[in-house]
Amino acid sequence: MTIAVKPTQTGEPLFYLADEHPHPEGYSTSLGFWIYLMSDCLIFAILFATFGVLGGNYAAGPAPKDLFDLSLVAVNTSMLLLSSITYGFAMLTMQQNRIGQTQMWLAITGLFGAAFIGIELTEFAHMIHEGATPQRSAFLSAFFTLVGTHGLHVTCGLIWLVTLMVQVWKFGLIEANRRRLMCLSMFWHFLDVVWIGVFTFVYLLGVLR
Amino acid sequence: MNTDTHATAADHHHHDDHAHGTLSTYLLGFVLSVVLTAIPFWLVMSGALPSKQITALVIMAFAVVQIVVHMIYFLHMNTTSENGWSMMALIFTIVMVVIALSGSLWVMNHLNSNMMPVHEMGGMK
Repeated sequence: MTIAVKPTQTGEPLFYLADEHPHPEGYSTSLGFWIYLMSDCLIFAILFATFGVLGGNYAAGPAPKDLFDLSLVAVNTSMLLLSSITYGFAMLTMQQNRIGQTQMWLAITGLFGAAFIGIELTEFAHMIHEGATPQRSAFLSAFFTLVGTHGLHVTCGLIWLVTLMVQVWKFGLIEANRRRLMCLSMFWHFLDVVWIGVFTFVYLLGVLR
Repeated sequence: MNTDTHATAADHHHHDDHAHGTLSTYLLGFVLSVVLTAIPFWLVMSGALPSKQITALVIMAFAVVQIVVHMIYFLHMNTTSENGWSMMALIFTIVMVVIALSGSLWVMNHLNSNMMPVHEMGGMK
């Protein structure tokens, strides 16, 4: 076996790419963040698989039909969908450098996100009040783990959103803040994609069972 | 009112190579999502389809279509962003998700079926 090594002008062999050039800051952020989202997707896939396996084990406890109020879930879904489009408007106004409108759309997104979390917590509180706690059955353990993990992600997204609004307020729409807003945009829309899976497989198929 | 801010916005854009949406693509994605969400909810809440199996298949198909719509119109996925690496990561993830989901459901379902006779034989002891 021979390894071709190209000698340089000084006669020393070259073992690395000579044309490696420095990349601007944030050059690979969006790809790196995308790969993070894909790994997060695997977490949700495992939680969905767990729910798929355990979703029918009620242990003589309450079934989805007794617990879920589909009209409330529909309202919740629309909150998240509206927050997705308002975040899109924030990104569009950011591209036009309209800082005031960007902040306004971010604030509206935050309000829709907070409404989503509020409705979800109300639903959880109602279920726990009726005795449908995570300890009640395998179905409820899987339900609270899956939907709770999604809710936790949205909560983290809200904290991130408020942090970025303060950043934009203090430093303006600088390059770093644009990059951060773009990452949060991907995160926020990704959570909406996961919610499609949740309302279809957990709520709608649960009520159908 | 924003003529000078537009000029500075153009300056910021020189090395942006990832895809951005426009107002029309965001609105189109939103309208599609609303329709693709409303129909499954309506199907389940009204029981419009006669069989539960058909309803389940239809709402799962709607979910898949809506996920694709979100990917294209909100997450701006395409085959050229990041030299195709984001699409490669997505395809890899989809393969992993399909293996994890179908594998878990298949194996556990089989396990449940194989456990059935034990229950039935319980009364024969």
